[in-house]
Amino acid sequence: MEAFTTHTGRAVPLRRSNVDTDQIIPAHWLKKVTRDGFEDGLFEAWRKDSEFVLNQPERKGATVLVAGPDFGTGSSREHAVWALQNYGFKAVISSRFADIFRGNSLKNGLLTVVLDQKVVDALQELVEKDPQAEITVDLQEREVRAEGVTASFELDENSRWRLLNGLDDISITLRNESDIAAYEAKRPAFKPQTVQV
Amino acid sequence: MGRTLAEKVWDDHVVRRAEGEPDLLFIDLHLLHEVTSPQAFDGLRQAGRKVRRTDLTIATEDHNTPTLDIDKPIADPVSRVQLETLRKNAAEFGVRLHSLGDVEQGVVHVVGPQLGLTQPGTTVVCGDSHTSTHGAFGGLAFGIGTSQVEHVLATQTLPMARPKTMAITVDGELPEGVTAKDLILAIIAKIGTGGGQGYILEYRGSAIEKLSMEARMTICNMSIEAGARAGMIAPDETTFAYLEGRPHAPKGTEWDEAVAYWKTLKTDDDAVFDAEVFIKADELAPFVTWGTNPGQGAPLSASVPDPASYEDASERYAAEKALEYMGLTAGQPLREIKVDTVFVGSCTNGRMEDLRAVAEILKGRKVADGVRALIVPGSARVGLLAVEEGLDKVFKEAGAEWRYAGCSMCLGMNPDQLAPGERSASTSNRNFEGRQGKGGRTHLVSPQVAAATAVLGHLASPADLSDVPVAAGV
Ligand code: SF4
Repeated sequence: MEAFTTHTGRAVPLRRSNVDTDQIIPAHWLKKVTRDGFEDGLFEAWRKDSEFVLNQPERKGATVLVAGPDFGTGSSREHAVWALQNYGFKAVISSRFADIFRGNSLKNGLLTVVLDQKVVDALQELVEKDPQAEITVDLQEREVRAEGVTASFELDENSRWRLLNGLDDISITLRNESDIAAYEAKRPAFKPQTVQV
Repeated sequence: MGRTLAEKVWDDHVVRRAEGEPDLLFIDLHLLHEVTSPQAFDGLRQAGRKVRRTDLTIATEDHNTPTLDIDKPIADPVSRVQLETLRKNAAEFGVRLHSLGDVEQGVVHVVGPQLGLTQPGTTVVCGDSHTSTHGAFGGLAFGIGTSQVEHVLATQTLPMARPKTMAITVDGELPEGVTAKDLILAIIAKIGTGGGQGYILEYRGSAIEKLSMEARMTICNMSIEAGARAGMIAPDETTFAYLEGRPHAPKGTEWDEAVAYWKTLKTDDDAVFDAEVFIKADELAPFVTWGTNPGQGAPLSASVPDPASYEDASERYAAEKALEYMGLTAGQPLREIKVDTVFVGSCTNGRMEDLRAVAEILKGRKVADGVRALIVPGSARVGLLAVEEGLDKVFKEAGAEWRYAGCSMCLGMNPDQLAPGERSASTSNRNFEGRQGKGGRTHLVSPQVAAATAVLGHLASPADLSDVPVAAGV
């Protein structure tokens, strides 16, 4: 995983609530067996509309998505995170994320930042008015900065440490292999097993 | 202080707990399917890792599989590659797989319980958000992403922060014709699609205790649509009776030990939930969705709501967008909405009880002209049982299509899809834009409402059928 310390970039305002993972990446894209090449599937249905914000030339190269509340609801598909990353997004800001999406994003180094709806509104207004406006997402300081806006955000220390160092979970867990083995040794025999009966 | 059911199951699975870290939980059962596993197996391969516990891992094919001509090669080359990838991975890593054509193949959340693998007090994960289904047995079951699939394959554990707990107490008696599906749709409409976020839901109360296992699965299945990753119901005699004798249920003295443990899995009287919701079962009615998220629902007797009636600006906007997409106008009675397609199936309502309920209504009646009714069993075994009971004949005589098992039109990854602008009444769990096919419009309903809708051609409940004569001689 790539480390995330601080990022500054132009933003895309997405004023919709409840953007579900089927909108982020439609199901037919899920047939791919790789982690890359999802950028064209991102918001595929909406991108057919030339007015859609992502199609506006001034949004090209933007790296921060400022989304409405309850972003990423629906299915557990990690492809939604890959699609956002493949497209070039480094951070998504919203007042509320769906749990699984949030977990997936943090595991892949896409920083999801939770801010008050008021602050999200202010950021959306700012970048709607001025497409060149930049937003800084600073994980060191746990702070989002833009013209007229300085807001701190919360992220649990463990996730922050992993993101700052770009560490992957499996190697962290395997440092505690002996704990797993100890648990397995005392696990009751009546627990289910999948071996064919 | 006492503990809730969720807390008990959680505590029993903590492999490691340390200050400032999420708990490391042991996973009892890992279910795999073709869509969310290829990148995880790739990750293992790249890191030179093995599957730690193949004996706690099982795979099936469901999302991409065709429901017709299953003996022929899969026509869509991309779907075929995904299924072949799973087959290769399962063989290479030694994972048990039930492929298309196998009697245990089917939707992953139907297969686990049916084999008796899903048990009380277990942790169950799968790279699929509807894993919450398995919580119906009193275990902790949640959907995970592909990175976590890889993590569980490699370590049989998952680091997780403990969610809060929410009690949803449903007391009283569900009125005649009101099902578990109506109940869960009403719950989601009440608490909202984000209402359960950060919580494990525990459904309890006298109305829940009266439900069959299959109905409990329908409820827990849709916990995710309320934003909760997991939903659970305390195990009781109904649970034990369902499990006894299933292929993977414990046997002999192990059964007795297991039951003794399972009986301890209830929320203590003095336990405190972080949030509580109360619902009166007696006040519920058949419930359908009108919008494009599962929280946008109303009783069938109501009308399409007016977006202007929403105080919250983003909700109002969402409602406006939904009506536009759904091609509906405010004030239109829900009962007058005509459909082109009826879909019965999915991990929400693709089990035997659902098929029996549909057959009972379709028996001696006909699917309305111009309506396509698709009936897809949740698993090959459910399909087999339905044929043994002669349900397939009832469906076919009524003019419905009887298919092979899989996710099918629930998400339209296989050829079973809505055409743009087509409208369905569907027993599945998601009415998102394009979920059942690009431009398709979905109304979520119970199997009973689906069947009555098929007969009448517009959203309807079985009670509306009283004036449709049953064909003579039946
Ligand atoms: S039936 Fe539908 S909800 Fe269930 S696993 Fe398949 S696609 Fe997902």
